[in-house]
Amino acid sequence: MDATVAILLTVISAATPLLLTATGELVVERAGVLNLGVEGMMLAGAVAGFVTAVTTGSPALGIVAAALAGAALSLVFGFLTLSLLANQVATGLALTIFGIGLSALLGSSFVGTPTTRLPRLDLPVLSDLPVIGQILFGQDFLVYLSVVLCLAVAWFLRRTRGGMILRACGENHEAAHALGYPVIGIRYLAVLFGGACAGLGGAFLSLAYTPMWIEAMTAGRGWIALALVVFAAWRPLRLLAGAYLFGGVTILQLHAQGAGLFHVPAQLLSMLPYLATILVLVVIAAGPWRGRLNAPACLGKPFRPTS
Amino acid sequence: MTLILNRRLLLGGAAAAAALGGIRPIMAEEPLKIGFVYVGPVGDHGWSYQHDQGRLAVEKEFGEKVKTSFVENVSEGPDAERVIRQLASSGHELIFTTSFGFMNATARVAKQFPKVKFEHATGYTRAANLATYDGRFYEGRCVIGTIAGRMTKTNKIGYIGSFPIPEVVQGINAFTLAARKVNPDVEVRVIWASTWYDPGKEADAAKAHIDQGADIIVQHTDSPAALQVAEERGLMAFGQASDMSKFAPNAQLTAIVDNWSPYYIKRVQAVLDGSWKSHAVWLGLKDGEVAIAPYGPKVPPEVAAEADEVQQAIIAGTRHPFDGPITDRDGKERAPAGRHLTDEELTKMDWYVPGVQG
Repeated sequence: MDATVAILLTVISAATPLLLTATGELVVERAGVLNLGVEGMMLAGAVAGFVTAVTTGSPALGIVAAALAGAALSLVFGFLTLSLLANQVATGLALTIFGIGLSALLGSSFVGTPTTRLPRLDLPVLSDLPVIGQILFGQDFLVYLSVVLCLAVAWFLRRTRGGMILRACGENHEAAHALGYPVIGIRYLAVLFGGACAGLGGAFLSLAYTPMWIEAMTAGRGWIALALVVFAAWRPLRLLAGAYLFGGVTILQLHAQGAGLFHVPAQLLSMLPYLATILVLVVIAAGPWRGRLNAPACLGKPFRPTS
Repeated sequence: MTLILNRRLLLGGAAAAAALGGIRPIMAEEPLKIGFVYVGPVGDHGWSYQHDQGRLAVEKEFGEKVKTSFVENVSEGPDAERVIRQLASSGHELIFTTSFGFMNATARVAKQFPKVKFEHATGYTRAANLATYDGRFYEGRCVIGTIAGRMTKTNKIGYIGSFPIPEVVQGINAFTLAARKVNPDVEVRVIWASTWYDPGKEADAAKAHIDQGADIIVQHTDSPAALQVAEERGLMAFGQASDMSKFAPNAQLTAIVDNWSPYYIKRVQAVLDGSWKSHAVWLGLKDGEVAIAPYGPKVPPEVAAEADEVQQAIIAGTRHPFDGPITDRDGKERAPAGRHLTDEELTKMDWYVPGVQG
């Protein structure tokens, strides 16, 4: 039982940065914008969160700074693609490269600085429950936030007027514009939200997952988050399940290796999350659920308001 | 616009390189341009960081006589060839490519630029203008294996591997042989992270090892994340490539430090005085290429003394990490008593000694 608890705890920490980041990107894409700069924004958040937490001694301020840093970087993306109508794919890729360089520069004097891990927020009574206590209620703030945020986004997109307007911008920006909605303004807000979430995902890495700053520490998690949004077919609840599935597969294969469970080449096991993504894409695209792939119709298309 | 400008500059650089290449010894005032290609970020505090320390040592040693540049985070694919070619065509006369996966790219570019001198780390393809150099890291593994064998209480040691290439396999085997020599009950479990650098995944692998009962973590990946996990759980670990005690002041027992500076200085000197020749070298503890970091606070004096003894014996040549008799875990004899494995056998190693799991 202890081993199971230990595994589940690591799965949660592997899934959380993916979930935070992908939730933000999902909102951005539902608004019709494709921001491939996720990795760069995560790194900006990771370095800003770490530097702030170390210099002020307050992890809470670090988290705020991380969200702001991610949002600030996404504002650059927003200005270029939404106001100046630059190509979204090229700008997003540039943002990733920019973020890697910028974060390395800002963090260079903080490499190797020790910090304390983000404190656990124990909930009274609940945390003391056997087995599930530590798993469900003995986590740090960002873990709770990631789940709450994802559920909130699900509710917002499905149940609120604001969510419907946001989706309208992603499905048919001309129509949304004709109805009088400020498409560009709404997309700016979505992009900022996505940036802030990516920043939080980065902060989870540098403050909780591996509490330290080293260059390029996201190691491709931004790209996995992007794949996850597609994997989830742009639906928040599926995203929640997907993030935990991705985290779970990664951790379980490490444990299986350590326990000498299967004698399968390690490379094959490492491929599993990606194979799963491709498989799901194929099944969705070819199966009877074809209609449910529901990629936003205006995804990645620039919008120039005509008055 | 920028692109065209760049291309023009590059073409100009190529012409200058062609002109310079032949007349190096005469025009000594012109600084020698040296390029370095790294697989990771220089801030990884591991493999690439140590190569960059070597580059800085070269700059310090030769001052105005050299001009170095580096490209970091170069992936081991088509990108590598592009980066190396760009360095070669922009006037760099000596280029160090510092990862095994750059081998084919380096060889191809070396063919096209016969006047540029190339040095490839850890590979085996050579040419008149392409030398290879490598560290006998397994010698360091033999020393830390001795420490681990003495220090483990659970007799389970968690080893995080990157990829099962000979260099990593040698490390695992040298470590296990040394550990079991002082403690026959040791079991070394290997988890392959399938990456050289992913702090999160390296930490997860360390956690998996610890959750399965390991009390010492050894890594052949580049970030200090695993050490940090050991520190947090109050266990023990070894640093990789550089002294990582900053990240784990209590947990780090010691670290195998890659010290490339002496080699880089020697080779730059050779180019400057015109004596550079292609070769294949494999440098170890004796050459100062592989070094053992200061012992951590958990290492008791008698274990430290024993580790020093092992190190001295390897330097003196009285002990080889792969002294026979060695049988692999399937029972096949690999080296009879009285003989150690040859370098050739080492570079082809694809089997494990008893005690290795995974």
